[in-house]
Order: sequence, then C-alpha cells, then structure tokens
Amino acid sequence: MTVDLNLVGAKGAIAEAAEGKWGMSIDQDICTGCQACVAACAMENNISFVGEEDAGYGRSQHWIRIERFWEGAYPEVKATPFQPMLCQQCGHAPCEPVCPVFATPHSEAEQLNLQVYNRCVGTRYCANNCPYQVRSFNWRDYHTIPERGNMVNGTLVFPLHNQFNPDVTVRRRGVMEKCTFCIQRIHKAQDKAKSEGREVEDGEFTTACAQACPANAITFGRVDHPESLVSQLTHQKRGEKHLEELNTLPRVTYLKEG
Amino acid sequence: MAVASKYLPGAKQAHDTHHEEEDHKQYLMFDPKPRGEMNAMVMESMHTTSWKFWVVFGILSVIVAVCFFYAWGYMIAEGLWVAGVMRPSYWGIFLVNTVFWIGISHAGTFISAILRVFKAEFRRPFTRAAELMTTFGLIQAGASIFMHMGRVWLSYWMFPLPNERQLWPNFHSPLMWDLLAITTYVLGSTMYLFLPLIPDLAMARDRSTGWRKTFYKILALGFRGTEGEWRHLITAMNFFAFAIIPVMFSVHTIVSWDFAMAMRPGWSSTVYGPYFVLGALHSGMGAVAVVLFIMRTTMKHMDYFIRKEHFDALGKLMLMVTFAYTYFFFNDYIVQWYGGDVATDNLLHWLEEGPMAWMFFQMVAFNIIIPPLLLWSKKIRQTPWLLALIGIMINVGMYWERYIIIPVTLSINRMPFTWKLFEPRMDVFLTIGTFSMFLLFYMLASRLIPLIPVWEVQEGQMAHSLRKVGKAHVPTLSDFE
Repeated sequence: MTVDLNLVGAKGAIAEAAEGKWGMSIDQDICTGCQACVAACAMENNISFVGEEDAGYGRSQHWIRIERFWEGAYPEVKATPFQPMLCQQCGHAPCEPVCPVFATPHSEAEQLNLQVYNRCVGTRYCANNCPYQVRSFNWRDYHTIPERGNMVNGTLVFPLHNQFNPDVTVRRRGVMEKCTFCIQRIHKAQDKAKSEGREVEDGEFTTACAQACPANAITFGRVDHPESLVSQLTHQKRGEKHLEELNTLPRVTYLKEG
Repeated sequence: MAVASKYLPGAKQAHDTHHEEEDHKQYLMFDPKPRGEMNAMVMESMHTTSWKFWVVFGILSVIVAVCFFYAWGYMIAEGLWVAGVMRPSYWGIFLVNTVFWIGISHAGTFISAILRVFKAEFRRPFTRAAELMTTFGLIQAGASIFMHMGRVWLSYWMFPLPNERQLWPNFHSPLMWDLLAITTYVLGSTMYLFLPLIPDLAMARDRSTGWRKTFYKILALGFRGTEGEWRHLITAMNFFAFAIIPVMFSVHTIVSWDFAMAMRPGWSSTVYGPYFVLGALHSGMGAVAVVLFIMRTTMKHMDYFIRKEHFDALGKLMLMVTFAYTYFFFNDYIVQWYGGDVATDNLLHWLEEGPMAWMFFQMVAFNIIIPPLLLWSKKIRQTPWLLALIGIMINVGMYWERYIIIPVTLSINRMPFTWKLFEPRMDVFLTIGTFSMFLLFYMLASRLIPLIPVWEVQEGQMAHSLRKVGKAHVPTLSDFE
C-alpha cells in the first residue's frame, strides 16, 4: 500500500510506503529502563551535556528518553513498563510543513525526517507541533561553556571535545535537533555495500541505541522487507504505534503485554 | 458640494434657547473656535515641554537601553538559555508580547478606519492618537518576533530573496503567512497614518521656524491646500480606509493560525480567528482609553479637544466589544470542553485547577465579568480616569489571556512525561523594554507630530450646525462628500 503524501510545491509529491523504509521496534516488556540507549545516543550523536539545573528545567537535549509512569494513587502504586521515546520518523510528519525555511524536510531516499542544522533559524515551530515532544533545541552553546574547560597555557581546552564523533555535526546555539535514526551509520553501511556490489543486509549495522541495549529491546532495520527481524517483530499482534489517530504514520512500533 | 442635513438624535432638545446653547457647548462639534486659534493651540501643546517630560523621558531611555538593547544583545550572544523557554513550552513570553502588541495595534486602525468609513463623528479628535498606537505597537510586535528566534542574525532567510542555491521560504508554514501579513499591515497602517497627517504637517510647517520648519517641509510633501490636492488626498484616504479594514481582520486571524494550525490540545480550534480579532479589539480599545487619558491630563489644551463625550462613546464601544469577545471566549472553551478529547480535558483541568488557575480566573474576571458591570453606567464612562483604569484592567486581562494560550497551554501536551510549567526569566526584562520603548516613541511623537488632526476637527465643526425649525434649534450635520 502506498500513501500519497501529496506535499505539493517545492517539495514535489512524495508517495511512500505506509510502513516506510527504516523502522524500529521497541519491546517494552523486556526494557529494563537502564538508560544505556540514552548514553550511547549522546556519545554517537555529539549531544550536549546540559547540566543538572538546565536538565531539571526541561532543557535536556537527549534524542531518546526513557519515560516512566505509575498507575494508581500513592499506596497502591503499580509501575508500568518503561517507554523509550524518540523521533518516530513520521511518514506524515507534523513538524515538516510548519518550518518557514525548509530546515526539516522529508528524505525521499531514506524516507526519514531530516533536520538541516545550518538552515534552521530557530523559530521552534516544529517542536511545538511535534505530538511526541521529541525535538530538542540548543538553548546555549553547551559545548563551550567556559567554566567547563581547562585553562592550559593560556587557552581554554575542552577535554570532552576529544570524544566527539567526527561523522556528526556539532550543533551551535539556536538550532533544533532530533533523532536521525543514526543516518551516518545508514550511509556508511550503504557505501560499504555499494562498494562491494551488494545490498545492505539485515542486521549488518544498527543504531547506537539498539547496539547499546543490554536486553536487546530495540531492533532496527528495514520495515519494508518482510523477512527482516524488525518487520517480523513489528507485525506481531502485540505491536502498537503511538498517537496513530493523528495520522502521523510513525515508524516506531512498541511491543507490549505479549 | 451637496449639502444634506440630517437630524442628530444624540443631542438633546430644549426649548429654552439659552440653556440649549449651553447644552450644546459641551460637544466639541458645537463649540467651534476660530481656525487660527485652534492651530495655535495644537502647536502650543507640541512646544510646551515641562521638566517632568524630560525626567520621564530620561528614565524611559535608560530602561530601553538596558532592558531592550543590552538585554537583547546579551541574549543573542548567550542563546535563548537566558529566557524561560524549554521543553515543552518552546514558545514563551516573546510570542505573548507579539500577540499582545499586534492586539494593541488593532484598535488604532479599527477606530480610525471603521469609524471613518461609517462617518462616526466622535472619532475626529483622536484618530491620530489611535493610528500612532498601531504603528508603534507593530514595531514592538516585530521586535518581539525577532527576539523569539534562535538565530535572529539569519532571519533574512525567511524573506523570499533569490539566491544561487534556489532556497526558498516554505509558504506552507503559518509563520510565513504571518510574516507577509504583518509586513503588509505595517506598510498599510503607516501610510494610513501618514495621509491624514499631511495637512497638519503643512499647518505646522507654516507655523514653525528652524529645524522644525525643515522637518515639516520634507514631510508635508509641499502640500498647499488647493482644491485639487484636497480631492486627491480625500480619495487616497478613502482608499486606504476601506483597504486597511480587511487587512486588519486578516492579520490577527493569521496570527491566530500560528496556533490554530498546530496539532496542540487547546490550540487547534477553528474559532481562533474571530476570537483573536475580538481579543485584539478588546485590548486595543482599553489602550486607546489609557492613551486618551494620558494625553488629556499631561498635554496642554487637550481638554478642549478630548471631552467627556469621547470617553463616553469609547466606553460604549468597549462595552460592545466586551460582549462580542465574551461570545467568542465561551465558543472557544465550551466547544473544546464538549469535544471530550483526553488531551484537551487534561489541559482544561490544568487551567482551572493547576498552579496558574489564579491567572485563568483573573482573566475571566478582568475581560468578561467586570467591564460590563462598570461600563453600563454613563457616570463611569464619562469619568476619564475610571475609564482609563478599566482600560488598564482589560489589558492586564488580555495579557493573561495570551500568557495562558502560549506558555501555560504548552505545558500540557499528549506526552505526559514532558509536562512542565513555564517560568519567566530574562524575558521579563525584555517585556519591560518593549513597553518602555512604546511609551518613548509616543512621547517623542507628541513633541514632533500634531496629535490632534486639526483639519478633521475643523471640518467637523463646519459640518455641524444648529438649525432653526419652528421655535426649536435642531442640531444638524451637513454631509460634504
């Protein structure tokens, strides 16, 4: 089945598969809430460390977060499964049409939502319109806060800069960012496969969060290939997508109560 | 010049001729002064500047320098971190200010254009003051939008400038519509301010010397007051008066679409367009009352031009707008509540019993409950300071309304894990900065521009006359056009 997204004008009409190309499944029944995915994502994608105070005020920039909820009132509290939340790479994304400068276009090739950092002017409309609240804004140049550097021979040195991933841009203040499904890894795997004259195999590479998950709760791959692991998991009966009623066509499936 | 006289029902009829004249004298239109004297009065009100003016002017300049320019520069250098915005309230006080100032700017055009089109006679002495409010309010609204942007130094990327990379702004985005609508409104309303100003500038040119003479000479565009010039001017003003009304309605509707087009509980409401337009008029009318009160109390000779009858008429207008606003307010909230969407239900509970409930109920009281309770009384309407106080109250209520629509509503969304209440930070200074700048511009304008459209008042006084019908003197109005 194809869906006509019919975004006329400068974007051209994009018709893409309802299930998309790249997808993810997250098994909430085996997620332990250990936050390894959050840490791995931060390392892989050069995400800023905003510090305790700002994170407490709602300025943490993690592209994936572990949401925890409780059911019931105080004495009879029952914890519900952890819910990792990240960009759902919607096929029909509410964030895309509202950007005045096309900084968040849709990739026809990868069928993902892109964020063009150097085009973003920081109106933050996309983040307001995101029903999943997974976009994070660079409120400040957190990488170069002077108090966090060391003074060596009269120049400020930031030791943490040594662990930056060279494949990923370091974002400056005033731009929006969000989960990219580790598009740098996708491209690397595709380049390798192309040079060897073959297709990318299922399980050949994965995103940083899926790689770090000790319980193997996160699975990433091609959802449009019926034999891939992620599509088999996705098509289980216990799979559900968040806020599907908004017609966003999310690409992340949550598995629960199997 | 076709002269058709019509009976003015507003004026009382008394059979005693002496009392009758006294009675009519309280109306500006029946209390004419010679042209030269009136011109001199307006010129004097511009030139008489006491030391108190300079003290207030100095204080405001310092506030603008610190709270507007320094604070904004600091924020550009440091990032929006210094303001209160965060997840989930990605939009904060800057957009509250934008919507507020655009609202203020509405009444100027409304009073001036709609009342001019409908030939409401009470508008004559204060159209200029209201039009100035439009222009200065829009300057603050524009500045607030730019403050809100993360990378304001790249804001020109939102303009459709041809470039070698063929990058183009996204006309699907409500923010682009907003940019175009506000730009149109700024240009239109500035021209609409300027056109009726030309005869007064020419009057000022003929009565001043030195640098002022040069200043007025340039601005008056060589206006001499010939028949042909007047005819062109009147035609142009009619054009703009009719054209600016739909622009005014569209601008605030489009501002409301910034919210109504988004998929947020509480925002995606189809009645937001007219609701915002009425909200804008509500706050704008209040602001006009405040400005008129300040003009009347601080400037020389203004008590001749701005009288109880004007406050009375404005009060009636405020009362009507309050009722219209009330209708749309309940139309918005009750329909959303009736819809029963879970996210909207959460939001409405948050508004009525959350930490900002005091603001919500204060808004309801200030905007909807208290104004009609006071404004029905003629005595209250005719007391300038009371009407100004009601105007301030309505504006506080309307500021709260926008505050509730933007940061407080944004606190609640479909992802309960992210719910968080917005805290104002350095945005407060910048808000004070925009308010001070507005007042500063107004003070400057009061020294440079005749705040009373003298020619319009004179035209009105010529058109009004008392005619003798039998034994009674009947007030009549001749239609010159």
